[in-house]
Amino acid sequence: MPQFLKDFFNRNGTGMGLAILGLVLFWTIGLIILPQLSMLDFSFRPNLPPPEIGGPKDVYTLENYKYLIYGPEGGSQDYNTVDLRVFFRTLVAAVCVTIFNLIICYPIAYYLGQSEGSHIRIFAIMLIIPYWINEILRAFALRIIFGETGVLNTLFMGLGIWDTPFDFIRNDIALYAGLGYAYILLMIFPMYNVIESLDKNQIEAARDLGAPWWRIHWRVVIPYAKPGISSGCTMVFMLSAGALAAPQILGGPSSLWFTQLIYQQFNDNNDWPQGAAYAIVLLVTCILFVLAMMRLFKVNMGDIGK
Amino acid sequence: MSAGVGVDLENLWIRFGDFVAVRDANVNINGGDFFSFLGPSGCGKTTILRAVSGFLEPSEGNVLIGGKNMRGIGPNKRPTALIFQNLALFPLMKVWENITFSMEIKGASSAERRKRADELLDMIALPEQGDKLPSELSGGQRQRVAIARALCAEPDVLLLDEPLSALDLKLRQHMRTELREIQKRVGITFIYITHDQGEALTMSDNIAVMRAGVIDQIANGKTIYNDPNTAFAASFVGENNVFRGKVKQVMGNEALIATNRSGDLVARISTTNQGKMKEGDDAMMFVRPEAFAIAPDGASGDHFVTARVNHEEFEGNAFNIFTEGEGGKEIKVSIPNHGQSFDDHTGQNITLEYETHNAVIVPAGELAAE
Repeated sequence: MPQFLKDFFNRNGTGMGLAILGLVLFWTIGLIILPQLSMLDFSFRPNLPPPEIGGPKDVYTLENYKYLIYGPEGGSQDYNTVDLRVFFRTLVAAVCVTIFNLIICYPIAYYLGQSEGSHIRIFAIMLIIPYWINEILRAFALRIIFGETGVLNTLFMGLGIWDTPFDFIRNDIALYAGLGYAYILLMIFPMYNVIESLDKNQIEAARDLGAPWWRIHWRVVIPYAKPGISSGCTMVFMLSAGALAAPQILGGPSSLWFTQLIYQQFNDNNDWPQGAAYAIVLLVTCILFVLAMMRLFKVNMGDIGK
Repeated sequence: MSAGVGVDLENLWIRFGDFVAVRDANVNINGGDFFSFLGPSGCGKTTILRAVSGFLEPSEGNVLIGGKNMRGIGPNKRPTALIFQNLALFPLMKVWENITFSMEIKGASSAERRKRADELLDMIALPEQGDKLPSELSGGQRQRVAIARALCAEPDVLLLDEPLSALDLKLRQHMRTELREIQKRVGITFIYITHDQGEALTMSDNIAVMRAGVIDQIANGKTIYNDPNTAFAASFVGENNVFRGKVKQVMGNEALIATNRSGDLVARISTTNQGKMKEGDDAMMFVRPEAFAIAPDGASGDHFVTARVNHEEFEGNAFNIFTEGEGGKEIKVSIPNHGQSFDDHTGQNITLEYETHNAVIVPAGELAAE
C-alpha cells in the first residue's frame, strides 16, 4: 500500500477510510467516468433501430464526426456550414461572456476582498440569494426585462430615447446578459477568495512608491489574483459553452447555441450517437482551448483548484 | 542624494470616531536626523507615521515636510518612503523588480533599472541576488531589500514601522548598526517607529516618547534615559525603581521626598520640572538598578535604603540583586561585573546607597505597564 494511503487510513480509521474512499471512487468512476465513456462509445456507432443493436451493422464508425464537418452525404454543400458556424459562434460567444463577466466581477471581487466590515457579509448574501431562484425562472425574468414591451423598452421609450421597441432578443443582448448573469458568482468567489488573502500592505507599499491605482492592479493585485481569475474564467467559459436553458429561453429565433443542436439530436431526432459525437467535440474543444489559454497565461493546473 | 529635509508636526490631532489616537502632537524633526517614536503598542506612534506618509489625513493640525504643508497630498505624491512592519515585498516580483518598482512607475527602461538595482544590491551587501524571489531570501536579507526598495524611490524622508520586530535578537542587533550606517551614508531623514527602547536609544539622534496618544518627551537618548520628565518616560525607557511619596522640601534643584515605605530620600528634580514642584505635591522618585551600590552596614541618611535580599542572579556583565525593602517594596539592584569577588547576600539585610544626582524626581503619574 503506498504511503499516502496508509496515512489516509491511519488518520480516518479503516472503516471511515474505506467509506470515504468508496464514495469518492463511486462519484468519480460511477457517476462521471463511466457515463462519459459510454457517450464516447455511442459517438462512434451508427444510429440503429433497437433490434439491430449488437447486430452485424453495429460497427465502429467515424460517420457522426464526419457529419459535423461535411454534413449529410449527398447534401448540397461541401461542408456542414450551418452546424460549424453554430459551433464556432458558440465558442466565440462563450469567450465574450467570460471576458465580459471578468470585467464586471473583478472590481466587485476586489471590493469584497479588500474592504472590512459586516456590510461585506450582507453584500455576499445579496449576491447569493438570487441563485435560490431556479435558472429557468431567472431566464424568463430577464425575458420580461428585455422583451419588446418589457421594462427596458417601456422605460426608454417613455423617456423618449428611442421610438420603436429595440429587439434585445433578436440582437442577442438578452442572451449575453442572461449567460453573464447566470455565472457571476462562479467568477466572483474564486477571485474574492484569493484577493481576500492579499496583504493590504502590498497595496499600500505600491501606492507609497508612487504607483497610480491602475498600476497597483496591473502589477500587484492581478498577478496575485491570477489563480482565482483563471479558476473563475475556466468555470464561466465551460458552463457558458455548455449552457442550454439561457440560449433556449433568451436566444433569438435565429441564434442557435451548439448545445441546442446537441439537444435536438438527442431529443428531436432521437439520434443519440450523433448527439454524443457533437457533445464530445464540444467538450474536447473546450478543454483544449482552456489548456491553451492556461499555457498562454502561464497558469498551473494546481492554481485552478484555488 | 537630497539631504536634510525636516518634518514638522503642528498641533496634530488624529481621531477615529470618539477615540483620540494622537493628541496635539508638536514635533520638529531636523533634516538628516534619525528620529524615533518610542512607545508601547497602541500609543499612536504608527498613526503618526501613517499621517506623515499620507495614508491618513490628520483630523486637525498639519504635517510639514521640508516646510511644505502635506494636506491633501496622497502617499504616492509625497517625498516619503515607508518600510512596513512586515516589509510588504511583492512576492511575485524578483528582487531587482521589487527594488526598482518606483523607477518602473516613472517609466525607466529595464536596463536602467537593472543598473540601479545592482548598485543598491551592492550597497546592502547582497550582490548577485537580484534574480531571486523574496521568498528565497532570509529574513535579514529581505529586510535589506525592503530598505533598498524604499531608498530607490529617492525619498527625502524614510519612514520605518518597526521593521526589525520580526527578526531574531542577534540579527536585530546587527541590523540596528546597519540601519544607522545606511542612514549616515544616504544622509536623509529617518523616522523610526518602535516599542523597543534599546533600538531607539542605540540608533536615534532624537526620540519622542509616546503614551496613549500624547508625546511625553522629545530629547536625545541620553537625556531621555538620565533626565526623564514624566513617570511614564522614566519607567518605560530602561529599568527603573520607583519610590512614591510627597515632596517634603524643595532645595534648589533637589528635593526631599517623604516616600511611602522607604523613609525620607533626596534626589534631583528632573530638568523640565525644576521650579514647578512644591511641597506637598505627589511625586515619584526613580533610581536605576545600576545607580545603587551596596553601602557599609549601619550607614543611614537621606540617600540610603535598607532592604532584604530575596535572590540574586549573575547575568554576565552584572550581578542582579532582587531585594525587598520595607513594606514589601521590590528594589532591583545591578552591580557591574568587573571581576570582583561577590558574596551571596540571599536572605541578608543590606543597605543600598545612591548618589543624589543619579536619582530623579518627577510629578506622580502613570507608569508604563510591565
